[in-house]
Amino acid sequence: MNVMMLLEMASGAFPDRPAFTDGERGLTYTYSELFEAARSRAGSIQAQGASRMAKLDVSNLGTPLGLFASAWAGVPYVPLNYRLTNEEIEALLKRVTPAYLVTSSDRVDAFGALDDVHAVATDSFLDAQQNQSPIDGEWGMDPEEVAVLLFTSGTTGEPKAAVLRHKHLVSYILSSVEFASAPEEDASLVCVPPYHIAGIAAIMSSVYSGRHVIQLPNFSAEAWIELARQHNVTTAFVVPTMLARIVETLEAQGATTADMPHLNSLAYGGGKMPLSVIEKAMRLFPHTDFSNAYGLTETSSTICVLGPDAHREAIASTTESGRRRLVSVGQALPGVEIEIRDDEGKVLGAGERGEIYVRGEQVSGEYEGKGSVVDAEGWFPTRDAGSMDEEGYLFLEGRADDVIVRGGENLSPGEIEDVLLTHPAVADAAVVGVPDEQWGEAVAAAVVTKSGATIDMQALKDLVKDQLRSSRVPAHMAIWDELPYNETGKLLRRVVKASFIEGL
Amino acid sequence: MPTLKTGGRFKSAVCAGEIMVVAASGDDVELTCGGVAMVEAGTDALAGGEVHPDHAVGIAMGKRYITADETLEVLCVKAGDGSLAVKGDLLLQKDTKQLPKTD
Repeated sequence: MNVMMLLEMASGAFPDRPAFTDGERGLTYTYSELFEAARSRAGSIQAQGASRMAKLDVSNLGTPLGLFASAWAGVPYVPLNYRLTNEEIEALLKRVTPAYLVTSSDRVDAFGALDDVHAVATDSFLDAQQNQSPIDGEWGMDPEEVAVLLFTSGTTGEPKAAVLRHKHLVSYILSSVEFASAPEEDASLVCVPPYHIAGIAAIMSSVYSGRHVIQLPNFSAEAWIELARQHNVTTAFVVPTMLARIVETLEAQGATTADMPHLNSLAYGGGKMPLSVIEKAMRLFPHTDFSNAYGLTETSSTICVLGPDAHREAIASTTESGRRRLVSVGQALPGVEIEIRDDEGKVLGAGERGEIYVRGEQVSGEYEGKGSVVDAEGWFPTRDAGSMDEEGYLFLEGRADDVIVRGGENLSPGEIEDVLLTHPAVADAAVVGVPDEQWGEAVAAAVVTKSGATIDMQALKDLVKDQLRSSRVPAHMAIWDELPYNETGKLLRRVVKASFIEGL
Repeated sequence: MPTLKTGGRFKSAVCAGEIMVVAASGDDVELTCGGVAMVEAGTDALAGGEVHPDHAVGIAMGKRYITADETLEVLCVKAGDGSLAVKGDLLLQKDTKQLPKTD
């Protein structure tokens, strides 16, 4: 079992189909070209005696090539976040030596000077003339071999390196993608960062389905819209903040529909999608199938999907519970099991809030140097909080660590945020717990006002009191211009929290 | 034939077909393709042999095949003219549900 097998099958079945297009370089690999390039670059990695291949650059042809060449050479592929500081990058590189590093040309000298780091520029890695020693023999089929080491975004402390073995990634693809299912004219626009699990998953599922990937290295809504139209893009994945910008940009252009008749499917995930954004998007893209995917690095990407039919049913629903489905992340994929458990590990029933546990062959739950956090029965604690309804639709409620403990009562920030967001003047809201002498923790809320609107703090407090109960009413409130998000659309609650604590 | 282990790759002795084991019970079973025992993928080509007419439906790339008791599941990684069988019983093609594209 090896992810190279996925490319081998694609290259065997449709060798001349375009596989990846790097718009910046104006280069395209067909499936057979990518396969042969992987063979020669695996030789280059092996010749340096590297035990890892690291990639530090934006999305380009070197991204899929690096993933597959590493797999063929039998070394883990380590995509690094190129937005980190040089000090942070250096610290990560030192954890993966001896390394074969492919990076942008301006960084070759600095990082190539480190001990046991052999650095080559992306353009050299892509140049066939400079890689003329193809690897001898086949890739390994040991399912336990490590395919990818992915440093998690590390919202606190030192980043952890999640270990994804070939068995996890191949299981994920085999259970979620039908081989060669994409029609020849299908094109996928990939704009997620290459060092994010969604970026890895996009490569593998596009290859296995036979889809042509158009890479967009630096997202802007204008560039996304232009590329989608220019390449007749049929499928795309975006994070919520990207969809919000696409919607804003289309609206600013005065569009009533997006004018992308080829776009069959638009998936999103990676953070909480505001209801107003998805509702607008569904109006702007009336013929597009929307899917919401929920997954983690440690689970080889998607474990839950809210599919297109569920989207349409929810938006057409006349009941509140029916419409609420639109903010659900859907049901578990085949082969994936999900449970909600309380602090003592007891499995909770429908509608009860607790921590989300997941089990399945694609679930790794292992970190380098720290071992596995999966229990004896194979369950991985996600540290995400949530609840499931009677039909198995999962609702996310933020991180388990974000739960506010006020006077012994557990409060979910997500629940309070959802209520604040129903107020017509509120554009965005973040709720955190701050230290409180009397209660242990108190509720603090940062809200963003819709342009032109004014907010009456007391009205918001009354709203929370009426909809929930008095213990949920924010003791501290502040109006912010915007809330802090990371690049994949995750709310940086710790930043909000730190700001409130500073002001206490 | 060596034990069928998850991730193991085997080829047909009588056609172009190749499979990878997706799930196996660990019991010693002989998997045939075209009516003849499969061999490990790295093995040199075998001389002669023909696909048995009762085992000639063929296997298609990307399709998964499973025994009736679901103790063995394999993925076809190269198409071939022979059909897969254990103890003479043909494996069944497993239907996969088409999921929404998410990445």
